[in-house]
Amino acid sequence: MAYSDKVIDHYENPRNVGTFKNEQDVDASEVGTGLVGAPACGDVMRLEIRVKDGLIADAKFKTFGCGSAIASSSLATEMIKGMTLDQAAQISNTKIVEELNLPPVKIHCSVLAEDAIKAAIDDYKKKQAK
Amino acid sequence: MCAATASKIEVTVPEGVKLPIFMDNHSTTAVDLRVVHAMLPFFTQHYGNAASRNHVFGWTAEAAVEAARGQIAALIGGDAKEIVITSGATEANNLALKGAASFYKKQGNHIITVETEHKSVIDTCKRLQREGYGVTYLTPRKDGIVTPEMITDAMTEKTILVSVMLANNEIGVVQDVNAIGAAIKAKNPKCLFHTDAVQGAGKIPFDVEKAKADLVSLSAHKMYGPKGIGALWVRRKPRVRIDPQIDGGGHERGMRSGTLPVPLIVGFGKAAELAKEEMHDEAIRLAALRDRLYKGITSRLTETYVNGSMEHRLPGNLNISFAFVEGESLLMALKDVAVSSGSACTSASLEPSYVLRALGVGDELAHTSIRFGIGRFNTEAEVDYVIELVVKSVERLRALSPLWEMHQDGIDLNSIQWTPH
Ligand SMILES: Cc1ncc(COP(=O)(O)O)c(C=O)c1O
Repeated sequence: MAYSDKVIDHYENPRNVGTFKNEQDVDASEVGTGLVGAPACGDVMRLEIRVKDGLIADAKFKTFGCGSAIASSSLATEMIKGMTLDQAAQISNTKIVEELNLPPVKIHCSVLAEDAIKAAIDDYKKKQAK
Repeated sequence: MCAATASKIEVTVPEGVKLPIFMDNHSTTAVDLRVVHAMLPFFTQHYGNAASRNHVFGWTAEAAVEAARGQIAALIGGDAKEIVITSGATEANNLALKGAASFYKKQGNHIITVETEHKSVIDTCKRLQREGYGVTYLTPRKDGIVTPEMITDAMTEKTILVSVMLANNEIGVVQDVNAIGAAIKAKNPKCLFHTDAVQGAGKIPFDVEKAKADLVSLSAHKMYGPKGIGALWVRRKPRVRIDPQIDGGGHERGMRSGTLPVPLIVGFGKAAELAKEEMHDEAIRLAALRDRLYKGITSRLTETYVNGSMEHRLPGNLNISFAFVEGESLLMALKDVAVSSGSACTSASLEPSYVLRALGVGDELAHTSIRFGIGRFNTEAEVDYVIELVVKSVERLRALSPLWEMHQDGIDLNSIQWTPH
């Protein structure tokens, strides 16, 4: 299958790879984590957001999955940085499909990225509610 | 820090290595130039119809076809008269199973095969089931082997045919067809034994007499011959009968009508002759390259798992799972190297490899499998380049993998509540 240049770019140079877990200056209460997918299905995304003053100040990800899954999550971290939680929660997978030019068989990768954003926001909100 | 290791890697291409590298020799093979040369005169010079009995064009074509039958039969220890030319092994498998099932249906309606067979056997069996035949699909051992006992245990008085492949196209596992044939015939001499020998013929010793085989499928394009040509070897002593599946002019002793593609047959014959002559040395060379690949990869990467028996395996095959790295993403990293993956993402069905499933390999590992098929034209320098590229790519993708991180942190991935989608 041929990949779009954008997918290849994100795959070869993924943005915001990693975790806040080991970063000294990050308080765990500022972080929300979304872990979606399943190893048996061939894709797992973990997206972390760091929230400051109601804004997503930073985001990090790691993904087990095909090139399109890696690209979708990499792009998602770029898109949500600087957004409010509400804005980020509004992002739909079609935005990712358009941006990366994903073929129909890869749409589930973008859905997973959308789910990961929502799961990270939920996790953050749950932490705050405690 | 992570971002650095997760980014694109550079591997220098050694001198003498040309990209892209073809290391997918189970899917098909390049046509050997010696085969091409043998074929060429039959396109423009000796282009007669082998069935034309009244002029020299026909005679020349027929003589070439007969010579090729001899070369093909010699590769497997059979007789030229036992070769039925087909369009390939898909057709040969269809003809063997449907043809025998139909001819012998008065004797019984039960067929035995194995879950790891090629789709052209499995799907043919499924159709026969819809037509009223009973089919037993044996589950092999974890190493991919089917034992003679598994087969004889499944045999009943109704069993008319057993189909077990010589070597598997994904995992390269070689079955002990000689022991299997002997066991079948000891239990019931009338039960037929078919073997899909596509991947094994010309790669490892195989003899129809030693295997006590009745029907054998072959394909030229897996042995450096042209695509679109194959054969079904049909035993004559004692005579094995099959009902034709294609009716017409009565070619191939009525078993398969259609004008013979003479250039392809000549190429198939030449490919078979070369395979027979060179098999011994080639097997040693390919096994050494395969072992070099295996050692090169596994000495530098942990959490790799070979799928299928390492001992009973085609010389050029390596099928290996790289835990925590999804197969298609690895194929993308290996973009200048043609290999294939058992990952769902690379299949039309979005299901991981049914062959690996039959071995009991979990889906999470099946998604991470890569099949390397080393062949006649691969070199040591290519293997070394592939080792370097695979190792660096797997390291990079593991740096990107949340599963690898969890594994490193000692988290049991089975303890996590995943959200299958
Ligand atoms: C084991 C096996 N059987 C049958 C086939 C089908 O052969 P062909 O491509 O000649 O139809 C193949 C190749 O795909 C194969 O690997």
